[in-house]
Amino acid sequence: MVIVEFTPNLRRHLELASCEVQGKTVRDVLDAVFVRNPRLPSYVLDDQRALRKHVNVFVAGIAVADRVGLRDTVPDGCTVFIVQALSGG
Amino acid sequence: MQRILVATRKGLFIYNRASNDAWTIQQRAFVGDPVSMVLHDQRDDTLYAALALGHFGSKLHRSDDQGATWQEIATPAFPAKPSTQAEDDPTPWSVSLIWSLEAGGNTQPGRLWCGTIPGGLFRSDDRGDHWELVGSLWDRPERRTWFGGGFDHAGISSICVDPRDPRIVTLGVSIGGVWRTYDDGATWQTFGKGLRAEYTPAEQAHEFNQQDLHRLVQSPSAPEYFWVQHHNGIFLSTDDCATFKEIDNVAPSSFGFALAVHPKDATTAWFVPAVKDACRVPVDNQFVVNRTTDAGKTFATLRNGLPQTEAYDLVYRHGLACAADARTLALGSTTGNLWWSGDAGDSWQALSFHLPPIACVLFADAANT
Repeated sequence: MVIVEFTPNLRRHLELASCEVQGKTVRDVLDAVFVRNPRLPSYVLDDQRALRKHVNVFVAGIAVADRVGLRDTVPDGCTVFIVQALSGG
Repeated sequence: MQRILVATRKGLFIYNRASNDAWTIQQRAFVGDPVSMVLHDQRDDTLYAALALGHFGSKLHRSDDQGATWQEIATPAFPAKPSTQAEDDPTPWSVSLIWSLEAGGNTQPGRLWCGTIPGGLFRSDDRGDHWELVGSLWDRPERRTWFGGGFDHAGISSICVDPRDPRIVTLGVSIGGVWRTYDDGATWQTFGKGLRAEYTPAEQAHEFNQQDLHRLVQSPSAPEYFWVQHHNGIFLSTDDCATFKEIDNVAPSSFGFALAVHPKDATTAWFVPAVKDACRVPVDNQFVVNRTTDAGKTFATLRNGLPQTEAYDLVYRHGLACAADARTLALGSTTGNLWWSGDAGDSWQALSFHLPPIACVLFADAANT
């Protein structure tokens, strides 16, 4: 299982709670979260399903490297943190 | 009751007009968030608001109770970009800004049109619960020659649903010219004979796709009239976009963004001049509105009630509106100043000097007022 947490700034717009999901890649994990929160995808991903320019995802404290394919692996038991980037906005 | 919807960099504010002509903010929504566009659908009295959340993208909300409560609905989105086009189409297939929203005709319940940056046109037939890219326009090879002015990519600044037949829709693209469908979006034709671009090499000055339509407005009373606030001037078509004639010698300037057309007299229109593209402030720092009542032969420069010293206001392309009564106007600037006029612009009164930068003002009075 993987723990997913969200920036409070996302909670301004959506009702979100930290959750536990299963997944071996960032894409897997996000897809599992999106099932629980159908409005969330357009906040995190652009129309081509890449990470939005000013959104970041950290896996066990490390920013994801593959922002387009989201193929970074997610170790079991770690925390995935979805935040807005400090750039732009 | 008349209402003015004011979309700003930090929220949507709805002013109501009392019987004594006092305007007060009756509703506020999305405070702190940029609102890029609003729509009042007169067919069912629904309000729509487009947000431009900096980190989290564009969003659309709908209100069925005149702005008291809002519900997030679907946001227009591009389909997956074909891998074959990854290199030869550098435009990102992703909505960065909702720039125009219009309701369809009375025979098209639920129909909405949405124009975005980059220059996508989207259609909904269920009040925005679902959106579909109009691929017949997006896939046109000319679309790849469109380019941005002020923004990174071209955008659809204006959507004109024809009062004669709502299957006829005419678009203004900044920068990409005038486009029209006669068959509800199945096929498209481009127009622009007589338009002129100063910002391109002379050989391309009259290319239809090089024309920067800051704003295109179709007259509701004489639908063959189309007014244009172009990047480098004011143009008018009186023959249904077959030809456009440049309006010369407009003092103090023909540069600007906003444009409003009289709802009952196609020869009357209002503009808000600025110095030029490289200096987007009022001429001589005096903020004025220009009004023609004779199809551009002459203009009256209206100053009464507007700041005539040290004014640096700019009015964006959707920042000027005329109500259905043809007398009441609203005017909102990027400085966050908001004015109204009850006498067709002869005099103005400030409603606020300290709103956030204003993107759009819109009257939401009923169609028969």
